[in-house]
Amino acid sequence: MIDKRIDTVAQAVADIPDGAVVMIGGFGEAGSPTELIHALIDHGAKNLTIINNNTGNGEVGLAALIGNGQVRKMICSYPRSSHSKIFPELYRAGKIELEIVPQGTLAERIRAGGAGVPAFYTATTVDTPLADGKEIRNIDGRDYVLEYGLKADYALVKCERADRLGNLTYNKTARNFNPIMCTAAGITIVQSKRIVTLGDLDPEAIITPGVFVDRIVEVSVPVIESRLIEEGVCYP
Amino acid sequence: MTVDNSKVKGWTREQMAELAAMDIPDGAYVNLGIGIPELVTKFVPEGREFIYHTENGLLGMGPAPELGQEDSELINAGKKAVTAVPGASFFHHGDSFTMIRGGHIDVCVLGAMQISQEGDLANWSTGAPDAIPAVGGAMDLVAGVKTIFVISQHTTKNGAAKLVEKCSYPLTGKKVVTRIFSDLAIIDITPEGFRLRKLAPGVTYEDVCEKTDAPLLPIKEN
Repeated sequence: MIDKRIDTVAQAVADIPDGAVVMIGGFGEAGSPTELIHALIDHGAKNLTIINNNTGNGEVGLAALIGNGQVRKMICSYPRSSHSKIFPELYRAGKIELEIVPQGTLAERIRAGGAGVPAFYTATTVDTPLADGKEIRNIDGRDYVLEYGLKADYALVKCERADRLGNLTYNKTARNFNPIMCTAAGITIVQSKRIVTLGDLDPEAIITPGVFVDRIVEVSVPVIESRLIEEGVCYP
Repeated sequence: MTVDNSKVKGWTREQMAELAAMDIPDGAYVNLGIGIPELVTKFVPEGREFIYHTENGLLGMGPAPELGQEDSELINAGKKAVTAVPGASFFHHGDSFTMIRGGHIDVCVLGAMQISQEGDLANWSTGAPDAIPAVGGAMDLVAGVKTIFVISQHTTKNGAAKLVEKCSYPLTGKKVVTRIFSDLAIIDITPEGFRLRKLAPGVTYEDVCEKTDAPLLPIKEN
């Protein structure tokens, strides 16, 4: 029998080693698997490369993981926001590496990585500094930049509903990077607000088919990062 | 030459957004950048329907919800709470940028730090050594969307020209801007360079030339 359910977030992330490449879903706080990130802070794996659109907010979730000194390198499109202060400080001090990737190129690199496509050409970044040193090819009269697919050792993902096979549905704009990250990681770990009985998810409504998912933990009342920040919470 | 600023009236942020909205055709799929471009939603001309795309995965974005009705999982690219209109759809980032890069979004309205006379746009980094680069989706938008409108004050807070012969800041994209809506004028990017399309009330051609660091062609007489 296939059963991908795990009892606790701590167990779900327990084997993530030092030096791992980890994709973390979410766009800002929407879709951020904050409980899994906090479990990764408790677990303590270091020297991580993290792939996320942003760099976290306040001193919770991804920002706290970075602040705890566990992240060697960030791959992201937008490393600052009104509530992000930890990353900018470390970056200016030269203590963390940054690979800046346009948001659409980041998404496509992840999708390509998950789809077994090693590289692709895109018009995004042509004639900008972000294309420096990259291969340019002219196709049908237009220049394109060669970009490589991205894969990770682990993905941390948040969803709305899941079943024991790992079929997933999402909620509104909390979907964002989560479905494509599920496809691009060796081990995909999901926190779901509900784990439902097999057959309860409408096959027409499933966004992530279970083949892309390895572990599911139920987190029925996930924290909302902006509320934690308002309350002045610093994790751990 | 000094300009007496008290005589320059110009357009407000809302008026700039309204003018941009008037130039968007009925039925357009529109992506709005953060800041003044967001105001475009308030000024959809009578009889026209626009569908708003926000790159974090929503087509059919509606206005901000009433106070207390915010949903932390229903936000726009600026990470502000929004609503979904009837007929809206949600999708993941791969599909969202398929819409953008694949040429399915008709109009994008963005802010700018500098725009060159050839339509080059700089809006993501000053290139300063201590600046933290943050590009977001801007480079994908200018590479993939057919019509790029810029809404921006004509000069910086310090009075420096934003419309220039050549951008000194790192580019977001080359030859991408279609039309500029500033507080002083509407200006088209043409093969010949900047061309004045419309002057704001109380503003003269000479006023605009004075605040533009590149040649400005006068309004084309038909």
